[in-house]
Amino acid sequence: MQQQLSFPQSQSLALKYFAAAIVLFGVMVVAGILASIDYVHPQFLFPILPFSILKILHIDVLVIWILMAFMGALFWLLPSEYGRELVGIKLANLMFWIFCATVLAVAAIFVFVQTGPGNERTLWLVNQGRKYVEEPRWAAIIVASGVAVFVYNVVGTAIAAKRTTGVVWVIILNLTPLFFLYLIAFPAPTNISVDQFWWWWLVHFWVEATWEVMIGSIVALVLMRLMGTSRSIVETWLYIEVALVLATGVLGIGHHYFWMGAPAYWLGIGGFFSALEPLPLLGMVVHAVYDAGEHHMKMTNEPAFYWMMAEAFGNFIGAGVWGFMITLPQINLFAHGTQWTASHGHLAFWGAYGCGVISVIYLALQSSRRAPYFGGAAWKWAFALLNGGMIGMGGALMLAGMAQAFYERAIGGSTFNAFVSASSSPWFLEGMGMRLIFGIVFTAGYLILAYDLLTIGRRVAVATHAGGPARAPAE
Amino acid sequence: MFARDPLFWRAGAISSLIVTLAILAMLTADTLSVISTGGANVPAYTVINQQIGYEYVTDRNEYLPTIGGQEPLFGRIYTPGQAEALVREGKLVLQSRACLDCHTMFGTGAYYAPDLTKAWLDPAWEHLWMPMTGTHTRADAMAAFLEHPQQYPTWTREMPDLHLTPAEARAVVAYLKWVSSVKTNGFPYGFKTATAGGT
Ligand code: HEC
Ligand code: HEM
Ligand code: HEM
Ligand SMILES: [Fe+2]
Repeated sequence: MQQQLSFPQSQSLALKYFAAAIVLFGVMVVAGILASIDYVHPQFLFPILPFSILKILHIDVLVIWILMAFMGALFWLLPSEYGRELVGIKLANLMFWIFCATVLAVAAIFVFVQTGPGNERTLWLVNQGRKYVEEPRWAAIIVASGVAVFVYNVVGTAIAAKRTTGVVWVIILNLTPLFFLYLIAFPAPTNISVDQFWWWWLVHFWVEATWEVMIGSIVALVLMRLMGTSRSIVETWLYIEVALVLATGVLGIGHHYFWMGAPAYWLGIGGFFSALEPLPLLGMVVHAVYDAGEHHMKMTNEPAFYWMMAEAFGNFIGAGVWGFMITLPQINLFAHGTQWTASHGHLAFWGAYGCGVISVIYLALQSSRRAPYFGGAAWKWAFALLNGGMIGMGGALMLAGMAQAFYERAIGGSTFNAFVSASSSPWFLEGMGMRLIFGIVFTAGYLILAYDLLTIGRRVAVATHAGGPARAPAE
Repeated sequence: MFARDPLFWRAGAISSLIVTLAILAMLTADTLSVISTGGANVPAYTVINQQIGYEYVTDRNEYLPTIGGQEPLFGRIYTPGQAEALVREGKLVLQSRACLDCHTMFGTGAYYAPDLTKAWLDPAWEHLWMPMTGTHTRADAMAAFLEHPQQYPTWTREMPDLHLTPAEARAVVAYLKWVSSVKTNGFPYGFKTATAGGT
C-alpha cells in the first residue's frame, strides 16, 4: 500500500467529492425506481411528477455523480504521481459547495417548476430539454466551471510539480476534449438533425472515448497501487487501450448517425468501426485478469479488488457485448430506441463507470481510515445485490426491448398503434415488472453499500492483517 | 520485443487518433452539408406548405419520404421567413416542455411514449383523435390534442397537460410536419401512413 495520507489536503478534498457522489447515486436510484413504477402503474404520481421529470432527474444526476467521482478519484490518485498537493485546493473546495448548491437548486426547479413557456428564457432558467444535459443554462455554466477548475488542478499541478508520467499525459490530453465537448450542452439548433449530430459528439465521445480513457487511466493508477503492477506494464496496456479505443470509437460514432438524416455511408462506417469497439474492452479484461493472476490476488482490500474486476467484466459485457448486439444497422433498425437500448445503457454505465468508481472509493477509504485490511461481510452483500439487481434489470429490459423490436418496429411499422400493442404485450409487461423487482434488489444493495462505506474500517476490531479475510461483527 | 515497449503503443495511439480524426473531420463537413436545412436529406422549412408522405421504394429497398403538391397548414401558406419562425418556435416548445424525456425523435429520447419522427403521418389521427376532438383536419386534431392531452386519453399511459398555448401547439404541429419529411435511411421500417392504405 501507498503510505497513508501523504497528501492530506488533496485527499480530504477527494473524500468530499466521493461523499457527494454516493449521495447523488442514491438520489438517482430513487428517481429510477419512481420512473420504473410509471411503467407498471402509469397513474403513479401522475401528473404531479410525470415520467419525464423522473427520467431527467435519473440521468442528469447520473452524469453528475459519475463526474464528481472521477474528480474525486483523480484528486486522490494524482498527488502521489506529482509528488505534491494540488495547486487549487481552495478553489476546488469552493467549487464543491457551489456545485452541491447548484445540484440542489436544479433538482428543486425540476421537481417544482418542471417546464416553462417555449422561449429562450426557459432554456436559461428552467429546463433545456436535451437528454442528459437538461439542466438550465445557468447551471450548465456552473458545471462547466466546475470541470474547468478540475482541469486547472490536474494541469496546473503538473506544471507546478514540473513532473509528469505517461499516465498523467494521457489524463491531461484527454481532459481537453472532455471539457470542450460539454459546451455542446448549450446551443438549441432548430434543425433536429443538426442538433442530434452534435449532441452525439457530447454523448458518444464522452462515454465511448473520453470517459473510457479516463476510467482506463484511473484503473491504471489503481492497479499500480492495489496490486503493485509495474509502471511500464501498466503504461503499455494503457497505450494499447487508448490506441484501440480511439481507432474504433471515433468513427464508431456513426452507429448513432444511421437514422437521423445523415448520409447512408454512416451505415457502413458506423457499423464497421463500432463493431470493433469491444476489442479494447476485451483487452482490459485480459489485463485485469492477467494482473490478478500475476500477483496471486494478494491484496489487502477485498472490495476494491472485486469491484475493479467487476468493472473490467462489466465494461466488456455491458458496453462491448450488449453494445455489439445492437450496433449493426441491420439490427439497429429494429432495436433502435427501445428498452433494448436502455438495457445496454444500464449495463454499460454500471459496468464501465459505476463499478470502477466504487473500487476507487474503497481504495481511498482504506488509506484514509488507516485500515490494514478491508473485508467483512457487508461489502459482499452490497456487491451481490447491486450486481445481481443490475443483471436482472438488464435481462428484464432486454426481454421488453426485444418485444418492442419485434412487435413495434419489425411487424407494426412503429406507428402509434404498434407502440401501444408492443407495450401491451405480455413480454413487455413482464419485463417491466421484473425490472422493478430487480430495481428494488439493486436499491437494497445500494443501502448496504452506503452503510459499508460509512462504517468499513471503523467497525471495531475488523482488522486482522492480510492472512485471511476479516470478519465484520454480526450485523 | 517491440510489443512490450510502451513507446511503440504510444505512437500507435497518437497515429490512430490523427487518422480517425482526419476522416471524421471530412465526413463531418460532408454530413453537415447534407443535413443542413435545405440540404440533400433535410428539406427547407417551407416544406410545411406541401403534402408529405412515406413510401416503400422497391429499387432502393427502403422507405423514403415523398413531397407532393401544395397543402396549406392550418389553412395558410407560409413564406420562408414565417415557416422558419414557426418551426423555430416549435423546437423551443419541444425543449422547454422536455417532450423528448417521454418521447423519441429519430429514435432518440425516452421510451415511455411513441416515436415522433412520423407522428404527422400517423393513421391514428384520422381514426382516433379526429373523431375524439371533433376536428376535421389532422393538423387541427393534433393541435387540439397537444393543447389538452389529458382530455383525450386512449390507453393506460397518458400525456400530461403541458400548458401549450394554441400558438405553441400549432408551432409543434408545424415542427412535426417538417420532421416527417427528413430522409432517414428507411427508419422507421414498415410505417404505413393513413393514405398509403394502412388499416
Ligand atoms: C410525461 C410524458 C410525456 C411528455 C412530457 C410528453 N408526452 Fe406526448 N405523449 C405521452 C403519452 C403517454 C402519449 C400517448 C397518449 C395517449 O394515447 O393518450 C403521448 C402522445 C403524444 C402524441 C400522439 C401520439 C403519436 O404517436 O402521434 C403526440 C403528437 C405527442 N404526444 C407529442 C408531444 C409533444 C409535442 C410533447 C412536448 C410538448 C409531449 N408529447 C410531451 C407522454 C408524454
Ligand atoms: C462504457 C461504454 C458505453 C456506455 C456507457 C454506453 C452507453 C450507452 C447509452 C446510455 C446509450 C443510449 C443513448 C441514448 O439514446 O441516450 C447507448 C446507445 C448505444 N450504444 Fe452504447 N455505450 C457504451 C459503449 C458501447 C459500445 C462499445 C457499443 C458497440 C459495440 C455501443 C453501441 C451502442 C449503440 C448501437 C447505441 C444506440 C442504441 C439505439 O439505437 O437506440 N455502446 N450506449
Ligand atoms: C434502481 C435502479 C434503477 C432503476 C429502477 C432505473 C430505471 C430507469 C428508467 C425507468 C429509465 C428510463 C428509461 C426509459 O426512457 O424508458 C432509466 C434510464 C437510464 N438509466 Fe436507470 N435505473 C436504475 C439504475 C441505474 C443505474 C445504476 C445506472 C447507471 C449507472 C442507470 C443508467 C441509466 C441510463 C444511462 C438511462 C438512459 C437510458 C436510455 O435512455 O437509453 N440506471 N433508468
Ligand atoms: Fe455510441
